[in-house]
Amino acid sequence: MPITQRRRLIFRSAAVCVSVALGATALTACGSEDDSEAESGPVSLTYWTWTPGMDKVVDLWNKGPGKQDQITVTVKKQASGDTLVTKILTAHKAGKAPDLVQAEYQALPTLVSNDAVADIAGEVGDAKGKFADGVWQQTTLGTDAVYAVPQDIGPMMFYYREDLFKKYGLKVPATWDEFAETARALKKKAPDTDLTTFSANDSGLFAGLAQQAGAKWWTTSGEKWQVGIDDAASEKVAKFWGGLVKEGAIDNQPMYTPAWNKALNTGKQIAWVSAVWAPGTLTTAAPDTKGKWAMAPLPQWSDSDDVTGSWGGSSTAVTTDSTHKAAAAKFAAWLNTDGDALNALAKEGGIYPASTSAQLSGAFTTPPDYFSNQPDFYKQAAEIAETTAPSAWGPNVNVAYTTFKDAFGKAAKDKSDFAAALKSMQDDTVADLKKQGFEVAE
Amino acid sequence: MTSASRKAYGVKGAPYAFLLPATTLFLLFFALPIGYAVWLSFHKVKVSGLGLGSGARKEVWAGLENYTDALGDSELISGALRVLGYGCIVVPVMLGLALLFALMLDSEKVRLAPFTRLAIFLPYAIPGVVAALLWGFLYLPDVSPFYYVLEKLGLPQPDLLDGGPLYLALSNIAVWGGTGFNMIVIYTSLQAIPVEVYAAARLDGATPLQIALRIKIPMVAPSLVLTFFFSIIATLQVFNEPTTLKPLTNSVSTTWSPLMKVYQDAFGKGDIYAAAAQATIIALATLLLSFGFLRAANRRNKQEAAR
Repeated sequence: MPITQRRRLIFRSAAVCVSVALGATALTACGSEDDSEAESGPVSLTYWTWTPGMDKVVDLWNKGPGKQDQITVTVKKQASGDTLVTKILTAHKAGKAPDLVQAEYQALPTLVSNDAVADIAGEVGDAKGKFADGVWQQTTLGTDAVYAVPQDIGPMMFYYREDLFKKYGLKVPATWDEFAETARALKKKAPDTDLTTFSANDSGLFAGLAQQAGAKWWTTSGEKWQVGIDDAASEKVAKFWGGLVKEGAIDNQPMYTPAWNKALNTGKQIAWVSAVWAPGTLTTAAPDTKGKWAMAPLPQWSDSDDVTGSWGGSSTAVTTDSTHKAAAAKFAAWLNTDGDALNALAKEGGIYPASTSAQLSGAFTTPPDYFSNQPDFYKQAAEIAETTAPSAWGPNVNVAYTTFKDAFGKAAKDKSDFAAALKSMQDDTVADLKKQGFEVAE
Repeated sequence: MTSASRKAYGVKGAPYAFLLPATTLFLLFFALPIGYAVWLSFHKVKVSGLGLGSGARKEVWAGLENYTDALGDSELISGALRVLGYGCIVVPVMLGLALLFALMLDSEKVRLAPFTRLAIFLPYAIPGVVAALLWGFLYLPDVSPFYYVLEKLGLPQPDLLDGGPLYLALSNIAVWGGTGFNMIVIYTSLQAIPVEVYAAARLDGATPLQIALRIKIPMVAPSLVLTFFFSIIATLQVFNEPTTLKPLTNSVSTTWSPLMKVYQDAFGKGDIYAAAAQATIIALATLLLSFGFLRAANRRNKQEAAR
């Protein structure tokens, strides 16, 4: 068997390494490609992350490979998402950013443009093969540089109440047209019930839906940025949801509110367009309906399509302020490609790994507790993840996202034109780029 | 001669030596940060090319650009108008209630005064964010017990998180939280009025109502001015309540009040320069409004005293 053979070979070389180390000869003999930390002795790194249980995963490193390389990592727990970006940028201004940071993919261009994260292509370039191309491309921003190692991803899926779909005689929609029909059919059968809601309080959802439709919000041509937030694909998505809200086929209230939790828990809303991490959210939002939900691929824009968007997901980046970049990059690569590390991340942090090999191993051989009725949950998830459309982030995603919340929040409330809201999102984003001095192609 | 001059010097220098700690603290933790904010407000970031890689971002002098942008920003102005509308409800209602409760507690016939005083004051001890969350739950039709009762009684159920009622909903949180504090301030100054004044008034045949209107209220006017002054400042700086209610409804935007706009620009959009300029404008407006009010109040007091 070739696999066992290979494994044995690895074991043997590991044994050689250990014996060499014990023989008190140079550690570099173990084939570490970066020689910088071998000469600098013990290294201690600080890591800002919001993943729960990360300290336990880092313990594995500190007691295992880290001990061997004399690289100790300390976790400093942070607030998630945009809040951390602000904190990193502030710390970077003072030249005091930690060595390693967790960053959502859409935040990477902002961090790169502030010169806060370092190019670690030399150290982690080999890891490329462990990730889907679309995921890896988000960490390179389409350049030769590599600014982070992918950690988790959020391929989007369609979640629905299996029992209530049966009760109301609804079919799981395969296309967005069918989705709209399903919403209307449900309104007819049960006027108090909504298929779902269009929520304007999480921009990532809309960005993912636009991405599925083929939108490319930020692209570059030469030395200029091109903003396509109001491109045809995004407009199609905006008009689709705007139309459903206007005719009252779906609700227009924000999600993640006590009212939303109650609607999911009592069957007042019977579906949710979400991502692979939904089981965690549903567990707390709708505890009484455990085992009644099912997951299906996201509806498509045409029968022949098979694509999804992504909502969420993050990476591990090394900062430019770090004085031990090679050591930090080594840890980042281990954390996101090593089997044990990823298993622990899944168990302690509940993340869905970006590394393709980890998506079907260890913690992902059994479905999440909440979806025990769907044994092949993670097998399907891995298949869906493969169909993720490429994304295109730019240096002021934060501005586009805040404008989204206000413009679409107002449009959803007034049940007015979503295309106009999209236009104002485009205009604000372009205006901000120009204000900062970026070259923008019209 | 030498000893005399040294003595004179020592006495002259003493006040400055005493002032030194306070001045140092003032400069370090007050003047310096404010100065830095003002300095930031006259700068902006300038990106070259795609803005990727090191050295692509520079801080450059912006002159008054951030200020003209802020003053021409319709969102900041409508935020100010929203806060004005909110203040027109909060300040009169809150101070009216505070005065009423203080007068009632001060009257002789009241029972359980210490308990009542504490009960009215208690909401002030609850952090603003917690209060807003608590009320937010009560305003959401699907989880609120009020709506449940209204539904059972067959009464109309207004949407408190939209349009005009939203102002009432927000004001309610502020009034609920702030009345107790203002009541204590007014009540304390009521307690300081000498009893002889009341005795004289009663001898003259004044009823309790007349005593309240003609003696108590004029005598606590300075406290009323003070509470009004505090309330104006608190209103201009409203941030907690709308920020906490924002995730619950589409009606509260991320830039609902001027301070929310500052926060959004600094931490949402990452433009600390524009945020610094807006913060400076808000601070100046607050100073002008509150000191303008104080001067007007003082002038009136002096005129009355002269009469």
